[in-house]
Amino acid sequence: MNNSLKKKFMSRDAVTLYLVVVLFVAVAVMMYTGNLSRQITNMTVSVGCYIVLAVSLNLVVGLLGELSLGHAGFMSVGLFSGCLVSIALNDVLPLVIRLPISMVVGGAAAAVVGFLVGLPALRLRGDYLAIVTLGCGEIIKNVITNLKITGGALGLNTRSIYSRPIQLLPYVGVLVLITVVVMMNLKQSRHGRAITAIRDNRIAAEATGINVTYYKLMVFVLAAFFAGMAGVVYGHALANVKAVTFDYNMSIEILVIVVLGGMGSVRGSVIAAILLQALPELLREFSDYRMLLYSILLIVIMLLNSSPKFAELKGRWSIKNVIAHFKKNKSGVAAGKEA
Amino acid sequence: MTAFIQTLVSGLSLGSIYALIALGYTMVYGIAKMLNFAHGDVIMVGAYSVITTVSLSANVPSVVAILVSVVVCVVLGVTIEFLAYRPLRKAPSLAVLITAIGVSYLLQNIALLWFGSEQKAFHLALFDRIKPIVIGEVYINGITLITLVTTVVIMIALTLFINLTKMGKAMRAVSEDKEAAELMGISVNKTITVTFATGSFLAAIAAVFYGGAYTMIKPTTGSMPGIKAFTAAVFGGIGSIPGAMLGGIMLGLIEQFSKAYISTLWADAIVFVVLVLVLVVRPTGLLGKKISEKV
Repeated sequence: MNNSLKKKFMSRDAVTLYLVVVLFVAVAVMMYTGNLSRQITNMTVSVGCYIVLAVSLNLVVGLLGELSLGHAGFMSVGLFSGCLVSIALNDVLPLVIRLPISMVVGGAAAAVVGFLVGLPALRLRGDYLAIVTLGCGEIIKNVITNLKITGGALGLNTRSIYSRPIQLLPYVGVLVLITVVVMMNLKQSRHGRAITAIRDNRIAAEATGINVTYYKLMVFVLAAFFAGMAGVVYGHALANVKAVTFDYNMSIEILVIVVLGGMGSVRGSVIAAILLQALPELLREFSDYRMLLYSILLIVIMLLNSSPKFAELKGRWSIKNVIAHFKKNKSGVAAGKEA
Repeated sequence: MTAFIQTLVSGLSLGSIYALIALGYTMVYGIAKMLNFAHGDVIMVGAYSVITTVSLSANVPSVVAILVSVVVCVVLGVTIEFLAYRPLRKAPSLAVLITAIGVSYLLQNIALLWFGSEQKAFHLALFDRIKPIVIGEVYINGITLITLVTTVVIMIALTLFINLTKMGKAMRAVSEDKEAAELMGISVNKTITVTFATGSFLAAIAAVFYGGAYTMIKPTTGSMPGIKAFTAAVFGGIGSIPGAMLGGIMLGLIEQFSKAYISTLWADAIVFVVLVLVLVVRPTGLLGKKISEKV
């Protein structure tokens, strides 16, 4: 194969895209032919939503290098505004038109909130910003719980717009694809390079003429937009939604996915989201230990990645190294045969 | 007027507990330059150790229970620092922050598996003997007064410790420049261990007073007061010991007054709005020093 063509179609990003498409098609075919168990069918929507949430949070954590602890808040803003629109349009429009409209509305509402949360981010970094996003998440939760229109503490009754996973799957699939493509292209683009430059050294980036304000706001708005859209789909799969569900703990859950998948890696987020959402469902009897496992994962991965002592250990036993080792042996054998 | 004074008293009561927790945050943040997310959960562990010690037999003296709680918290704090934070001393702050969140979660979930999710009653015989003070129609809880006095005493003791002792001098040096301190023959690791031990000691004391004031403990007890107390520490100026005290009292008053005069439902939101405003408008807090960024 031509080298440049090979580069284009076999690049890391392309492989991620193939992975997502193959997974989506496989799930769709199995679901529509009725070969998928009930358990897995019910899981698909939430797994898809978590992929979108994790990939969008990865934009903030991995690319911009800031910690956002209010991602579930953005999601719930999108969820409630989108679902309210969907309930209002329920009698007028079919799902095919209604859901995309409400997704865009929900995403836009979340993006507006993301912009507002992004404003403090212009002045703050690190620990302070993390606490501010956490505070914003709590404020959002509090406001939604106390508003009348969102059903107050009892939650919003979404039974009228409830759709089965089989109906929602195409929307989830398309949303995941769009998110993955946008994130990957952004990473490769001029904008993505500017954002990583801000992460690595803000002052140097500013000195080279990168507009830090613009890019920081862009990251927050974009991440909130996708989280909001995921929220709308998520709301359609439930019969009742309460704002209390989307608290600090859920934000941490999304963060665990990002950290496990690897900060800055889209493919990692996709795989980790599937693993962490599917495993607890399949291993119901260990559900008590789920959060315990998450916390241990967070600590161990951070130690392995960032501590010089452990990093060496990890380097020696990484999957890549082990594969390289096998490859070397194999090519050695092949070379021996040729000789 | 009575209602106003009563709200003032309850605000002081809550504020003194926030101040006590905030002192622990400000110590660790000021010297180790890291946000110890697990501080609130160390408080929860401290409260559970009091409950467990008291439940062992009917006639365990309260002082013994408090001592057990102090020992458990100090050992826990130092262990956390050694296992989770020390390997990351030179890592980017994002990695340390995520690890701290992990530790906080770990403690909560261990407590959840160990003690169950239902609330447990916190009872110390020592606190029964303290009589409430009634002035006119204003009712002042005895524990409130003791908490306030203890917090002030601890604040003064900490200030003296940091300013007058050799270890305090080492702490100030480490907080300014770790490498330079190391070159001057100060053991950075030892100093930070002592900092964490002090912080955890404060957490144990906070656990006793928190338990005394709220009487019910569950595995997530520590996280919300912990975050609010961090707000208080930032409000007063992080790293400043009198600032933590001032910030804690102010935050307690804000929370109780908004509960009494605005709405109980919105009180949490108001506290967080204060947090966001303080951080955005004046990140150095009320009494904090402005640190200019080196290029």
